[in-house]
Amino acid sequence: MINFQFLRTSIVKTALSLVAKDPKATFIAGGTNLVDLMKRGVTAPEKLIDINQLPLKQIELKNNILHIGAMVSNSALAENAIVKEKFPLLMLALQSGASAQLRNVATVGGNMMQRTRCGYFYDTTMPCNKRQPGSGCGAIGGYNRMHAIFGTSESCIAVHPSDMCVGLVALDAQVVIAGAKGERKINFIDFHRLAGTTPEKDNNIQKGELIVRLEIPVNNLNKNFHYQKVRDRSSYAFALISVAAALELKDDVISTVRLAMGGVAHKPWRLVAAENFLKGKAATLANFEAAAKIAMEGAKAFGENDFKLKMAPNTIIEALTVAKAKA
Amino acid sequence: MDFFVDENDRVDGIEKVTGKAKYFAEFKLPGLTYGVLVPSTITKGKITAIDIKAAKNAPGVLDVLSHLNKPSAAGYEAGGGSPMKIFYTDEVFFNGQPVALVVADTFERATYAATLVKVSYEKAAFNTDFKKSIADASVAKKQGQPPYVRGVADAYKTAEVKVEQTYEMPVETHNPMELHGIIADWRTNDQVTVYAKTQGVKAAQATIANVFKIPQENIQVKSEFVGGGFGMALRTWPLEIATIMASKQVKRPVKLVITRDQMFTMVGNRPAAYQKIGLGATKDGKITGITHTAFGQTSTYENFTEGVVTMSKFMYASENVNTNYYVVPLDMSVPIWMRGPGEATGAFALESAIDEMAHALDMDPLEFRIKNDPETDPMKNIPFSSKNIKEAYKLGAEKIGWNNRKNKPGSITEGPWKIGYGVSIGVFNASRGRATVKGILNANGSLILQSATSDIGPGTGTGMVLIASRLMNIPVEKITFELGDSSLPPAPSQGGSTTLSTVGTAVNDVCVSLKATIAELAANANMSTTSNFVEVLKKNNLPMIEVTKQSQANQQGKEYSMYSFSIHFVQVKVHNLTGVVKVSKIVSVGDSGKIISPKTARSQMVGGAVGGIGMALTEEALLDNRYGKYVNNNFADYHVPVHADVPEIDVIFIDKPDYIVNPMGAKGMGEIALIGFAGAVANAVFNATGKRIRSLPITPDKVLEG
Repeated sequence: MINFQFLRTSIVKTALSLVAKDPKATFIAGGTNLVDLMKRGVTAPEKLIDINQLPLKQIELKNNILHIGAMVSNSALAENAIVKEKFPLLMLALQSGASAQLRNVATVGGNMMQRTRCGYFYDTTMPCNKRQPGSGCGAIGGYNRMHAIFGTSESCIAVHPSDMCVGLVALDAQVVIAGAKGERKINFIDFHRLAGTTPEKDNNIQKGELIVRLEIPVNNLNKNFHYQKVRDRSSYAFALISVAAALELKDDVISTVRLAMGGVAHKPWRLVAAENFLKGKAATLANFEAAAKIAMEGAKAFGENDFKLKMAPNTIIEALTVAKAKA
Repeated sequence: MDFFVDENDRVDGIEKVTGKAKYFAEFKLPGLTYGVLVPSTITKGKITAIDIKAAKNAPGVLDVLSHLNKPSAAGYEAGGGSPMKIFYTDEVFFNGQPVALVVADTFERATYAATLVKVSYEKAAFNTDFKKSIADASVAKKQGQPPYVRGVADAYKTAEVKVEQTYEMPVETHNPMELHGIIADWRTNDQVTVYAKTQGVKAAQATIANVFKIPQENIQVKSEFVGGGFGMALRTWPLEIATIMASKQVKRPVKLVITRDQMFTMVGNRPAAYQKIGLGATKDGKITGITHTAFGQTSTYENFTEGVVTMSKFMYASENVNTNYYVVPLDMSVPIWMRGPGEATGAFALESAIDEMAHALDMDPLEFRIKNDPETDPMKNIPFSSKNIKEAYKLGAEKIGWNNRKNKPGSITEGPWKIGYGVSIGVFNASRGRATVKGILNANGSLILQSATSDIGPGTGTGMVLIASRLMNIPVEKITFELGDSSLPPAPSQGGSTTLSTVGTAVNDVCVSLKATIAELAANANMSTTSNFVEVLKKNNLPMIEVTKQSQANQQGKEYSMYSFSIHFVQVKVHNLTGVVKVSKIVSVGDSGKIISPKTARSQMVGGAVGGIGMALTEEALLDNRYGKYVNNNFADYHVPVHADVPEIDVIFIDKPDYIVNPMGAKGMGEIALIGFAGAVANAVFNATGKRIRSLPITPDKVLEG
C-alpha cells in the first residue's frame, strides 16, 4: 500500500513548518482534486497536512476591501451576502463551477491550486510534460478539444479549469500568501503562470507557502455584469469557453470594463487589450464585436479546438450584451 | 413506520430506497478476499513476461493469476469458451484488456499490489481509427448481416426528389452507476455460488458451466438487484470468469469490482457507426426508394453485429428498399447491445433523412411521415398485430404544440435563442420467448411467484405482481415475485424488451391454471365457484397449491408483424452565439399495447428520453487513435446528462391491448423509449437553426461550425 501520514493542525505556523521541512509533504483542503490525483497515481505525497481547521474561514469587509479566508468553501462564498451585493460577478462564476456537492467542500485556496483536467495529465501511461517533464505533450496532435488557444507552448497546451479564478482575475483580486518569513501579497493575475518550458509549475507559490486569503477592492461593477459559461452539459462540465464581463456605464458610455476568459489558457485570461478598446466607448454591439476581435489577437488553435476561435469571441459578445442589458 | 403501498408503486421500492435491497458487491461472505485486475497498457501484441515477484511479496497478497499460471478451467483446456479466453492466451487484443488478477485480503492491498505487477510486451501495429477505416481498403470489411433488396436497389437515385447523406454515431458506453463485477465462492471442488450483476442468471450459469465443465445445477447465480445494465450485463465477461478462477485457486470467496475507467474497455460499448442513407420521393411526397448502408464497429477477435438497418425495411411504405450492413473490425474490445441497440443508431440516420426529405419537399415532416405510413408490413406483407401511430402522432403533436412549429427553419426567436421542433419515430420487435413460472398459492392468502428472470430496473417484479393481482383478484401486498436466482424456474435474459411479454405470459398461464384448480376444488367441496381461494383451500384441507407453467414463443409470427412503437416530440432552444442546445420540452408517446404498470412504464419512457438526450447531445467515448486508448474514461469527462439538462417529460400511452402479442395485451417498451429520440433532437435543431448536424453528439462546437 502507498502509505501516507495524515496530520491536522489548527495553527497556520505549524502547517507552514510541517510542509516547509518535508519535500514530500503537501497541504490538503477540500481534497476534491488532490484525492483524485492520488488515486490515479499522478501524485503520491507521503505526508498530508489537513488545513481544514485553520482559522481562515472569515469573509469581511475592511476599508472597502473584501477579505476572504482561503478556507472558505466555494458555496459559502457564493452565498455570502456581501459577495451577492457587491461582487455578484464572483457569485456567478462560483456557481458555474463543478457541482453543488463539490462546491460544498471545495475551498477558495484549493480552487486556485487545482490542476488541469487534461486527460493526458491524468493517465500515467500517456506522455505529459506537466506530470513528467520531458515526456512530451499528448494533447498536441491528440485529443485537444478542451485545450488552450492563448499563451500555449510547445511543451503544454493545457488549460486552468477554474471558473472562480476567471471571476477573481476580472475583479483585480490580490492573493495573500503566508510563508516562513511572513506574508506577501501578489496580484491575482500574477498568481498563475503560463506553461512555457516549465509546465509542471502551475503558479508562483513557493514550496512551504500557503494561500491565506484574498482581497478584492470594492468597485462599481455590481450592476452590469455577467458570467457566461459554454459547456457540453448544463452542470458539472468544464468550460469550453467562459467569459466574465463587468461594465460601469454612464449614459451608455463605458467608464470601466473588466473582461476575462476561461477555458483558453494555462491561467485565467484577462482581456486587457479589449478592455482598453472599450474604455470610453459606447456600449454598442458594434463595439462589443470589435473588442471581441481584438481579444482574439494572437489566438492559435490545435485542430480539435479550432472552434474556440469562433466560440470565444461570440461568448465575449454574449457576456457583454447580457451585462449591458442588466438593469 | 407504516408504509402505504399503492398499486402503482414499485414492489421493491422501499427496499431500494432504504438500502435493504442487496446488490452483488454488498454480500459480506466470511473470509472474503478482493481481486484487482491488471489491464494491458498496449493495444495489440503479445505478453512476453509478467514479473509478479514484488506483487506476490506485497502485504496481504494471496495470489496473482495470469496466463503464465493458467488457472484451472476445464472448458478452456478443452478448447471451448469465447474467443478471448482470459488467462489462456498471451495475445493482447485491445488496450485495457485484463492480463493479470491480484487477490489480496483487502481491496486497498490488492489495488496497490496490482500496480507492482510488471508486464512486458511485444508490441504490434494496431488500428482503432473507425472513421479512417471506412474508407481504407486495407481494413477488411465484411457483410455483417445478409443484404436485403425489395423491388429495385438504389431506386432513390432516379427519384424526382432525392436525399443522399451520411450520419455518424460515436462509441457510447453503458456506464450504469453500479460498477460491474462479481463475487465468486466455491463451496466444494465442483460447486460454486456467484453473486453477480447480470441481466440473465441462467445465461451466466450456462457460461460458467461451459468454462469450468461442471454441471449447471452445481452453479448458483444470484442477482436479485441490478444497479443498471442497459445491455452490458447480457453476457458473462472475462473479468467474471477470472474471478471465479481466482476463488477456486485461493480457495476463498473473491470479490471483484472494476473501476470506472475499466468500465470503458472491459464490459462492451455501443459501437461506432457510419451510415449512408439514400431516399427518393415523388414531388408530392410519396417515398419511392430507401437505401440504407451501415458500417458498424466490431473487434478483431470477436464479431458483433446489430440491427442498425432493420427499421428501414418496414417503417415506411416504399416499393423499393435495399440495405447493407458491414462490420469494421478494430483493435478494440468487443461491443455489446446498448439500450435500443442498433435500432437506435439506425433510427437516428433514417429519421434524420426522412426529415431532410420533408424539408426538400417543403412538407411538414409529420404530414410526410403520415403520408408514407404503411397499413401493413411492407417487408413481410402481413398485417401488423396492432399499430396506432397515427393516433400517437396526433396526441403527441397536440401536447407539444406542433402547430406552433414553422416549416421554415430559423423562424422562431426568443432573445439569443432559436426555437425548433422535431419529431421522430422509434420501433422495436415485440417478441416473446419461452419462460417458466412457478406459482404457490397459500391458504394464508398469499401468492408466491418464482422465475429466474432479472430486473435491471424496469420494475419486472412490479409488473408481474400487477398481472397476477388483476387475474387472481389478490391485493398486491399479498403477492411476492421472486427473481434473480438461477435455482428458480428458467427464464431468458432480460434484454430486447421481451421480459414482460415472455415471463408475463407464464405468470398469466399460472394464474389461469390456479384459478381453474380453485374452481375445481370449490366444486368438489360443493362451494360456489366464485368462493375466495383461502376458504376453498381450508375447506379442502390444503395448506397450498402449486402450479408450474412454461410459456411458449409467439406462434403467430407468420400471420402478424409485431412491433412496439414510440413517437418522440421535442422542442429545443439553440443559442445563437454559443451553439448550446437545450431540450426544452419532451413529449414521448408509447404505442406498446396495454400498460400493465403505469408508474414504472412512465419511468421507462422517462429513462429512455434522458438516455436519448445523452445520445443526442452529450455522450461520446473519445479515443486517441495513436495509443488506442480512451481519453475521457471517467464521469467528469464522459458526459451523461445531468438534471439540469432534462426538462419536464410528458409521457403519453395509447394503452390499447394487443392480444395477438400475448394474453395481457402488453408489449415491451425498454428499447422504444430511446429509439428515435436522438433523431427528434437533431431534427429540432435543424428546425431551429437551419443547420443539419449529422454527427452525434450535437455539441455546441458542431452547431457553431455547422
